[in-house]
Order: sequence, then C-alpha cells, then structure tokens
Amino acid sequence: MLLAIDTSAGTSVAVVDLHRGVIAERAEADTMRHAEIVGPFILECLREANISPETLSGVVGGMGPGPFTGLRVGIASARVFALGAGRPLVPVISHDAIAYGHYLRGHHGPLVVVTDARRREVYWSAYSQADATGLPVRVGPPGLAKPAELDDPNWLHAGWNRLDAATVSAGELGMVAELTHSHHRSFAPDEPLYLRSPDVTLSAGPKRVSR
Amino acid sequence: MNRTDPLVLGIETSCDETGIGIVRGTTLLSNTIASSMDEHARYGGVVPEIAARAHLDELVPAINAAVAEAGIRLADLDAIAVTCGPGLSGALMVGVGAAKALAVALDKPIYAVNHLVGHVGADLLRSDIDASDTEPLEYPTIALLVSGGHTSLLLVRDLVSDVELLGETIDDAAGEAFDKVARLLSLPYPGGPQIDRVAADGNPKAIRFPRGLSQPKDMAAHRYDFSFSGLKTSVARFVEQRQDAGEPVPTADVAASFREAVVDILLTKALAACADYGVPRLLLGGGVIANHRLRHVATERTDAAGIALRIPPLSLCTDNGAMIAALGAQLIMAGHEPSTLEFGADSTLPVDQIQV
Ligand SMILES: [Zn+2]
Repeated sequence: MLLAIDTSAGTSVAVVDLHRGVIAERAEADTMRHAEIVGPFILECLREANISPETLSGVVGGMGPGPFTGLRVGIASARVFALGAGRPLVPVISHDAIAYGHYLRGHHGPLVVVTDARRREVYWSAYSQADATGLPVRVGPPGLAKPAELDDPNWLHAGWNRLDAATVSAGELGMVAELTHSHHRSFAPDEPLYLRSPDVTLSAGPKRVSR
Repeated sequence: MNRTDPLVLGIETSCDETGIGIVRGTTLLSNTIASSMDEHARYGGVVPEIAARAHLDELVPAINAAVAEAGIRLADLDAIAVTCGPGLSGALMVGVGAAKALAVALDKPIYAVNHLVGHVGADLLRSDIDASDTEPLEYPTIALLVSGGHTSLLLVRDLVSDVELLGETIDDAAGEAFDKVARLLSLPYPGGPQIDRVAADGNPKAIRFPRGLSQPKDMAAHRYDFSFSGLKTSVARFVEQRQDAGEPVPTADVAASFREAVVDILLTKALAACADYGVPRLLLGGGVIANHRLRHVATERTDAAGIALRIPPLSLCTDNGAMIAALGAQLIMAGHEPSTLEFGADSTLPVDQIQV
C-alpha cells in the first residue's frame, strides 16, 4: 500500500493498493489552502484505510509541474512523511496521473495534458497512448508555454486531443506509482518541476534620493 | 507524552534559514541550520522564492543531521514544534506542511508557534556541556528582537501565556537598513557584518544622522515603534552630496555614524520601555544582535540604568529551530494542549498569539 500526496493543483491525498485500487482519498480543489489541509487529509486517509505509516510500502509525491508555493507543500510533506515513517519516497510526475485517469476512463490515442501555470502560461505534457499495463506513455516533456504556442498549427503536438485539468487525483498518482513499480519501470527524479526560474531581477544599484 | 522534560523537534522556515532544533526540556541537543544566505547575496536581500526552494531542498538533510547530532531516534520524540508565522508565507508553508506530515507519520502531537516568541524562548536553552549556572529567565522582561525580517519590542510577562507587542518597525527592519546602507557604500551582502567591520575605523559622531520616530510628536503616537527608511535616505543623500562634489565618501565615518544611529534608537526605545513599565530586565534576540557595537552599547546603558541584560548565544540569536523547539517544550511543560492539524501559515501572525 502507498500513501500518495499531490499539491500541484489543489490538494489531494490517497491511500492506494495495486490490487485493491484506491482505498481512501481526500481532495480539495482550492489552491490557497495546501498547508492547512494536507495534514488532516493524510491523517483521515490513513485512518480510513486503517493502516499505520510504517506498514506502507512507500510515499508517493507528485512532483508537478505546478506553480511554486503550492507544489512545495506536497513535496515537503511527502519527503518528510517518508522520512518519519522510514519508508521510501516515490516521485511521480503529476501530469502522468491526469493522463492515467483519462485513459482509464476510456480515452484512446494521443493526448496533451494541460494545467494552469498562472501568469498567463500553461504546463503541458504529451502522451501517445496507454500501454498494455495501463500506464500512459509520455512522449513530450512536462513543458511550460504561452497558451498561443499550443494553438499554433506548427506545434509538434498540434491537433492532438487536449485535456485541460484543474485537479490532480492522488489516487491516480498512487496507482501510477503502483503500476510503475510492479512493471519495473523507473520513477521520476526526486525534484520539484517548477519549470520556471525564481522571478528575481537584479537591481541596477541604489536609486538616487536627492535631486 | 513526557510533560516534565519533553523531547521536542522544532522546525523553522520563516526566512532564509532552514532550522531544525532538538531539545529536551531546556537542554539543547542540536541546533542545525542550513542557510540560503549566499544565494541571496547577488540580489542584495532575501528573495522569497529562492528561500522557499532552498527550504524544500534542505529540510530532510537538516532533520537527518539534527537527529544524528542529538543522538536520538525520531520515534523517541514527544512532540513536533513548528513556526507558523510571522515570516515569508511561501517559506513558512514548506515548514508547516513538513511538520504536519512528520507529526502524523510519527503519531506525535504538534505545536504551531510564533517565531518572535521563539526568539525569546532561545534564552532558556542550556547546552549539556555548558557548566555555567546562568540564572533562569525572569519575568516580566522587555525583549528587543532585531533582524533582517523584524524589529520588535515586546513586553513578556510570561513566555507561554502573556506576550504583548509594545512596538515594531513601521517601514524597514533594522537588518534591512544595514543591507541597504551597505549597498550605498558598495559593501557586499549581508550588510550587518560589513558595516560593523568598516565602522571599526570610523568616528560614530562624525555625522549626525536622524533618529527615526524620536521627535516629541512621534513619541506620542509611536513611542515604541521604529523607522529606518528616513535614516537610510539621509545616508543616501550624504553619500550623493559627496559624490556630486567629487569628494571621497568617508566610508568608515558614514558606517560608524549610521550604526550609531541605529544602535541609539534601538536601545533608547528599549530602555524607555524598561523604565515606563518598571521592568529592570532586557533581553536581546535576532540576527542583528551579532553587531558588536549594539552589544557593547547595550551593556553600557543597561549597566548604567541598573537593568539586567540577557543575550542568548549568537547561534541561538539568528533564526533557528532550537528556539522553536524550546518554546514548544515550554508550552508542553506548562500543560498546554497541542495545536490541531488545521492551522496554516500566517505571515503576519500577531505576537500575542504564542501558539496557534
Ligand atoms: Zn527571526
């Protein structure tokens, strides 16, 4: 069984199992309350699944892409929960969970997953299909783009089916991790996918105060 | 839970230091700090996004290092304490999310505490090997907390139940003023140690820079408040006049005179509070306390006024997790119940909210 945490969009926490599927899940779409609700959600999911932290096989962290502040809350929680429980951290790209869910519900063929990156930009990932295990096959990186770039007919994935998502399900994130593990695929690096540099500008030096 | 000598891990991420502290009651077991200060140097000040990213990177290594240094296991802990404000909100949220996850993973109670009150709590800590039998902190005490993020004057009647804000800066924090004046003098970041170094050769009476909010009209409305932006502007104007006249800027004198103005206004207001409230005790905290001149003048003036001065070790004056753990331990020992898991990060948490 795995505990999965994702705050790349709203806040979602779940306990999943390869065979039993999603056992407990909590989700809140509000993007302003990650730090408040992540703790209660973890506790509620563990209680509902009737599992103690040390009996988990691992802790899944959604690595984004996602806007900075919220994304960090989930990754910090997942990393530190894993440390506290003495279980491994399992990093998964959040877009993969969105694609997995969409294929699971019957989608076939190419798919572009798009989420809000704020500041009039979007995050995107491109998938060719779901393979025999049900895992989505990512063929285009999690990327950052202006919305118009994705509408450009010359874009590499122009004309592909597009899914705009406002939430990420930790249940689906956890199932991606279970399938990835059971089919001996490799996990994502343990790095937050901000896909944007910190917004700082070097000042040109002190401004004059006297005229 | 052990309420007489609780083993507490404290998490502090309100600014640019990722602090993990472990205490047993008032005994310091580890004060592990990872600072992102170097990454901010080229910007001349703390960049919130850079600080928050660094917290996420440093948390797990810092917890591991603290646990190893303290010689404990996480399972041995009685509680987790975490700074939930005031501070940079994105930075605070990293610590808050992590602390909650740790508390749930370990099935331990959590105490969400006030960063500023934590600075006062730092004074309670004693190291195991520290044989000096310092007198315990007495109440009430006036506390002057000065850093790059805050400049606050508190009346502490009781650490865990009664802390009152007397005054605070209405514009820049004192540490920020040091950084800005250092830039005016082409000195690197952080400005405090640089100004201190350069000022050693200067005359503190060479230039009479203004003391903010010290005129009679200001003292009515802002008796214990601070303002440093006028002082900074005044230094800038002085420097520009010299440059415009093609004269060399007397860097040492400017640094010494500026530092003297800051030290003077900080201590004048702190001692006024001691006198007004009849409290013969002053405690200093915050990173700016590292300033030599501030510590020196504080000793002189409190001696002259018959006020007992307390300065925690410098490693406990700058932002750290041990002070947060210490405050958590005090709350536990005083019988306070843990925080519920729903608290958030509050960048403007008032100082009278000691625990959230
Ligand atoms: Zn501080």
